[in-house]
Amino acid sequence: MVRKAANTVYTMWLREMLRFWRSKSRIVGSLATPFFFLVFLGPGFSSSYRLPTGQPLDNSFLAPGLIGMAILFSSLMGGVSIIWDKEFGFLKEILIAPVSRFYVALGKAVGGVTTSIIQGILILIIAWLIGIKYHSLPGVVASMGIMFILGIGFIGLGIALASKIESHEGFQMVMSFLTMPLVLLSGAFFPITNLPGWLKLLVYANPLTYGVEAIRWCLLGNSTIPIITSLAGITLFAFFMMLLGGKLFDSMEI
Amino acid sequence: MLYAIETEGITKKFDEITAVNNVSISVKPGELFGLLGPNGAGKTTLINMLSTMIEPTGGSAKVWDFDVKKDAPHVRQNIGMVFQDTTLDDRLTGRENLDLHGRLYDMDSKHRKKRIEEVLSLVELTDRANAIVKTYSGGMTRRLEIARGLMHHPHVLFLDEPTLGLDPQTRNHIWEYIKVLNKEEGVTIVLTTHYMEEADHLCHRIAIIDHGEIVALDTPEALKNMLGGDVITLELENPDNISRLCEIYKENGCASIVSRKNNDVFITVRDGERQIPHVLELASDAGIPIRSVSLHKPTLDDVFLHFTGRAIRDKEAGETERVGYILRARRK
Ligand SMILES: Nc1ncnc2c1ncn2[C@@H]1O[C@H](COP(=O)(O)OP(=O)(O)OP(=O)(O)O)[C@@H](O)[C@H]1O
Ligand SMILES: [Mg+2]
Repeated sequence: MVRKAANTVYTMWLREMLRFWRSKSRIVGSLATPFFFLVFLGPGFSSSYRLPTGQPLDNSFLAPGLIGMAILFSSLMGGVSIIWDKEFGFLKEILIAPVSRFYVALGKAVGGVTTSIIQGILILIIAWLIGIKYHSLPGVVASMGIMFILGIGFIGLGIALASKIESHEGFQMVMSFLTMPLVLLSGAFFPITNLPGWLKLLVYANPLTYGVEAIRWCLLGNSTIPIITSLAGITLFAFFMMLLGGKLFDSMEI
Repeated sequence: MLYAIETEGITKKFDEITAVNNVSISVKPGELFGLLGPNGAGKTTLINMLSTMIEPTGGSAKVWDFDVKKDAPHVRQNIGMVFQDTTLDDRLTGRENLDLHGRLYDMDSKHRKKRIEEVLSLVELTDRANAIVKTYSGGMTRRLEIARGLMHHPHVLFLDEPTLGLDPQTRNHIWEYIKVLNKEEGVTIVLTTHYMEEADHLCHRIAIIDHGEIVALDTPEALKNMLGGDVITLELENPDNISRLCEIYKENGCASIVSRKNNDVFITVRDGERQIPHVLELASDAGIPIRSVSLHKPTLDDVFLHFTGRAIRDKEAGETERVGYILRARRK
């Protein structure tokens, strides 16, 4: 029973890895945005803005935000890619196999989160090469754990959306109305200490905020939101999203 | 186990239409069974119910002795399915597609590797196995799907329009694989088609399905014999003789049905080839000159026409476009 479940999860993970490997050029492309942000936006920011603590707002502040953003994009895409599986038929091949749908969804999630973490790590490395100093090695390792939890959350959300959305036109809509606000309202690009009330409300209701803050804490050793709070925030988010995704996927009509 | 598949009044209603209505069929183990019907007849819906992809709204069905509603996982373990539209992962290679399939069906590594080679060589794709599926032709895609359906040694294999949109040569090839499978591996096969020749050439028994109902079910031979035999058409030199000639045949009792139209007399006989000399002799004895003779063996088209009052071809208008669409979708 357990072996069979593990086998299903592994198979789905393997497929994601094979596909990921085939789309190397896409991955290089996805690193372009964070790279340009770090190289051009960072110096621009640090020459113009100061953190409330008085230090310049620079690359090291941006890096966790960019990692959070990459995790958001790739995880959401990973979950939503079920729509493609549906449109191009492969989903039927999975659903007719004698395996549990829940473990199929889980395997898909683990596969998606692996690719997200790989992208996150690549950004970590790029930022390091550019000259950003990380707080400590255990912190860097811990940040990967945060990427995992955050990734699971957004994949769960993606799977839930994919199970409800019929076509990929609907998907385009959702992606543009979901991702940009999530990124811009997350404190990825600005400090969240002195925000006006309404904005503060939105920012604190955004799961990505807690993810970015947790990564910031791990990499730089300080954050506005205490690490316990942000860790609890993303863990709860991941748990409920996976539950929701698994449930909706289970009842999806093909 | 008496039957590989047994349905009792199985029914599927969608919001407005009844796609499959009260169908009861039994398929014996080892049989090659065909579902023949025009577009929209309900073929896909029927095999989707049998393969547990969708739930029936009425009636019941057993596949390999497992109930499709109550015991879906066991049904799935015992069947293979080739869907009407492609379901391969076209970013992966042929071999990877087969490997993932083997894993989903819990085959161990040694067994999986061996079986991959077996099914690849059966469908003659061994040399293209490491190419990305996107680069395959329509026929190769179809062959790979059949190979994949067989990977896990299913007892029952469902093939939904296995040769739709393929050129005649590829179609013949696929027919050969299907026959080999059925004979040598002893797989029970249910295939749907709207090609008469395909059903006729391959199937042990055929169910003709129209508007969700089975209108006839028998061996291809028996179905054709139901029409009473072959039709000999005699064209007369002179229409004045036509009534007299009809009388002669009716009196002689050599034909089961005699009819006429313009200059032609149609007589339905068993064993047409052997009857022609006798029929001509009767005419020449009566001194009635005949201009031409032709023999028409009944086809499943005639059977379909007989049972539904329509030619299956009428329904196929626009098929060229449809095939074009499917090929495009397959290639994508
Ligand atoms: N999910 C669905 N919702 C509503 N109606 C459906 C659905 N699936 C099929 N139908 C309808 O049920 C009928 C039978 O469809 P089905 O696909 O089983 O036909 P078919 O015999 O396989 O035809 P074809 O040769 O075109 O594949 C059609 O009228 C079709 O429109
Ligand atoms: Mg069909």
